Order: sequence, then C-alpha cells, then structure tokens
Amino acid sequence: MSEKYTALYEEHKQLGASFTDFGGWQMPLKYSSELAEHHAVRNAAGLFDLSHMGEVWVTGPDAAAFLDYALVGKLSAIADGKAKYSLICNADGGIVDDLITYRFGDEKYLVVPNAGNAPTVAAALAERARSGKVGGFDVIVGDVSAEMSLVAVQGPKAEAILLKLTDEAQHALVTDLKYYAFNELTVAGHDVILARTGYTGEDGFELFVANNAAAPLWASVAEAGAEFGIVPCGLASRDSLRLEAGMPLYGNELSLERSPFDAGLGPVVALKSKEGDFVGRSALEADREAGSKRKLVGLKGLGRRAGRGGYPVLKDGNVVGEVTSGQPSPTLGYPVAMAYVDVEFTELGTALDIDLRGKAEPFEVVALPFYKRQK
Amino acid sequence: MAKVAAELKYSAEHEWIAIDGSGPSVIGVSAVAAEALGDIVYVDLPEVGSTVTAGETCGEIESTKSVSDLYSPVTGEVTEVNDGVVSDPAVINSDPYGAGWLFKVTVTEEGPLLSAEEYASKNGGEL
Repeated sequence: MSEKYTALYEEHKQLGASFTDFGGWQMPLKYSSELAEHHAVRNAAGLFDLSHMGEVWVTGPDAAAFLDYALVGKLSAIADGKAKYSLICNADGGIVDDLITYRFGDEKYLVVPNAGNAPTVAAALAERARSGKVGGFDVIVGDVSAEMSLVAVQGPKAEAILLKLTDEAQHALVTDLKYYAFNELTVAGHDVILARTGYTGEDGFELFVANNAAAPLWASVAEAGAEFGIVPCGLASRDSLRLEAGMPLYGNELSLERSPFDAGLGPVVALKSKEGDFVGRSALEADREAGSKRKLVGLKGLGRRAGRGGYPVLKDGNVVGEVTSGQPSPTLGYPVAMAYVDVEFTELGTALDIDLRGKAEPFEVVALPFYKRQK
Repeated sequence: MAKVAAELKYSAEHEWIAIDGSGPSVIGVSAVAAEALGDIVYVDLPEVGSTVTAGETCGEIESTKSVSDLYSPVTGEVTEVNDGVVSDPAVINSDPYGAGWLFKVTVTEEGPLLSAEEYASKNGGEL
C-alpha cells in the first residue's frame, strides 16, 4: 500500500511531529510529549488532524430508507442537524466499521467511517444501494474522502476558541450547538461543517473543511487558541484520551469477528425500532438470543504495570479473556485496559490478573468509561 | 534531533555506558531511545548485588505506548540503582544522560560497544 498524506502533512513536519502509519496514512503520532498533549486536552485544548477519516455522502430520495437498510441503527429517525453513532455490519453480524452519520435532510446524509475502512465502507454502501432492494435504492453514494479534511478542537477551552473565529452573528450557532449536533457556518473565513462531536471524552468540535482550506484553518485555530493553551495533538494522545473515555477503537475492540452485543453496543442495534430488514439483522437477532460468551469490560490496574493489546486475562492462573487496549491512564494515574472477558467474570469488582509477559499483575473489573468529565 | 553524548559509549540496543576504570560504570538509555519510546512511565531495574550479562535483558522500560526490554551493555555486578527514576521515570525522558541514569555496574567484561560517532551515524542522533 502506498503511503497517504493529509493536506496538513507539511504543517505537521514543521511542528516537528513524529509520524506513524495509521490505516495507510502517515499521521502525526505526537509533536512533543504525548502526556503533555493528553493533559492539554483535559485541561485546555488540543488541535487534531483527523483528515484520514473518510467522508461519504449519501444523497437522493431513498437516503434515509437506504441507511436504515445498510447500517444497524435507525438513521431515518434522527433530526436534521443531528449526528448518530452507528455500525455497519456484514450479513454474519460482524462489525465492518463503526461510524458517525450526520443528517442534513431527509435526502442528504454524511457518513464518516474510520481511515483504514473508508474505501471498504464506501464500496459496501454502493453495493448495498444496488442490491438492497429490487431495482436498487434511489441514492447516490459519493466518497469525497480524498477532497475533505477534518480538524478537531477538543477540550474545555474549545468553545471559547471557536467563538474567537466566528462572527458574533453566528456565535449562537456555536454556543447553542448540542453534543452530536452540527451546523454549517464560517470559521476563520472558511466554510466548515462544525460538529460537536469527538473522541476524547471532553467537550469539543470537529470541523469538516475542503482540503485547500485545511492549512489556513489549522493556522487560525492554533493562533486563536494560543492564549488558551491549545497544543497540536497526535494519535498517541488521541488513543489515551479515547481509552480513558471508554470509547472503542476499530481494530482493537471492534472487528469482523466481534458481535456488537459482546462490545456493549447492543443499544446501537435497532432490532426493535426498525421494522424492515437490514444487513446483518437475522445474524444479530440470533446473537442477541444466544447471549454473549465474552463481553468487553473495563479493567483498573492495582499496581503500576499496564496491560497491552493481546495480553491474556487470567483468573486463578487460567486464561479467561484478552486485552484489546491498555496503557497507564495519564489523567487517573493508574493503568487502565479494555478486555474481552468470559461473562462469568465480568461483574464489577471481580479480581482478575493480566499476564504481563509472564508476570500476573492484579486488575479489577470496573465500569466504563474510566473517565467522565465534570459538566 | 535527539542528542548523542560524545563522551559515552553505546550498545546496539541503545544503552549508554560511562566506563570509569577506577569504579563502577554508569548505564542508561540514549536520548534517541527515550524519544522513540515516548513518555516513560515505569522502569524495572536489576537488583543491587545481581549479575548482569552483556547483551542479555536485565529489566524493562515501559512507556505510555509500549514495553521494551532493557539490555545490559556489559557483564558485571550491579552496585547501585537509581531510585529516582524508579519513582519518577519521566526523568529518563528529560535528562537521559544525567539524572535519568539507570544503574551502576562493576564491569568484568564489555559487550560490543559503539563510539558516540558510530552510534549517532547508525541511529540518526545528533552529537
């Protein structure tokens, strides 16, 4: 696979970023210290380049009905200007990707899949539009991932920074914006889709913008945010932030082999509220009926050592699960991990061990998320 | 670019050693390694009085992102470990050649060691 670069690659290089491959993209891992970046988001603000994420328009008279068929959620039921977290599953109920869908109108939705999955999701949507009903759904699936950039401003100071970059007449569009809602407005002179969404557990915004405006927008946000302590943040801090917030990462917690029910995402699957068929429905009904053998849990370390993805989870020396993500929590000061564990050991407070390269380290089952911001 | 201290010698596994003919030698990890690891959050050092062997693991270094083995660049007896880095591992990032030293060894045999120039040219450090 050839390496892909976002429209902000030169900015990252100038900021001295170290890069990592993520889903085929060369993305900033960190600029200075990933711990400092993490704390900046919790206490002030962080600026992220998320342009590796995909953007797929679904437009046409059947858009709402089509997404109800193609995804597991009831996307027809969300209001204009609102977003919804959903999953795209295959016919076996395996998770192809988790994604956020933004409703602009009955006939216009924007679907945002993960970086590495974007081509797969776009192709699956196009295929499902053709084959999902006799004659096909009357929609156009337009993958614009290569033309659109995505910048996130996350942290308690995010709103104040956005207000500096918008006309006073549009300030209410920012301040009144609810979580998982969006507006189209002008930020620092650029047309953006401003969504109050994020992957950090903090208040914050995600700004969709055309590639050619990405660099000037990035610079404007950095400048406006300087007085509030904004720092550029890489994928390392993004990962530690989302882990503390108990948010799953595709490839770690979610995969084709995992059922949404095992991942704790049962409520995302609209088996009751959707009457019609959707891709994966019968398999997911069977999954729910059968119940989970292993479930995703949060684990809190009682020592200082962190469990890592792939490490076995033990009960009295026997393997009863596997870590999917883990590291020391910068905010909480103790190791945290997410793991799939046999259901009989998933009760809160259950004492388990993680096999840390041959040493059993004590952990305890705790509720997710590990970290919840004060509102 | 990460600094490579000119007065030290280095192992291929990124440990540095300050060889002192008259007393125990001081061992740490290079700035190149510390930077690549990311923020270090835990370090497991050999025990005082134990024997370490050149090229073999003698501990672990854990950063926010990963765990790496610590290799001894020399064979000998550990005479002292830096309790300061055990309680505050971030010092390894901020001062890898100074306060971030790891342990001291009475050397009986050296492993293959690189000069600062050789190490820097191989690993992209700055002298």
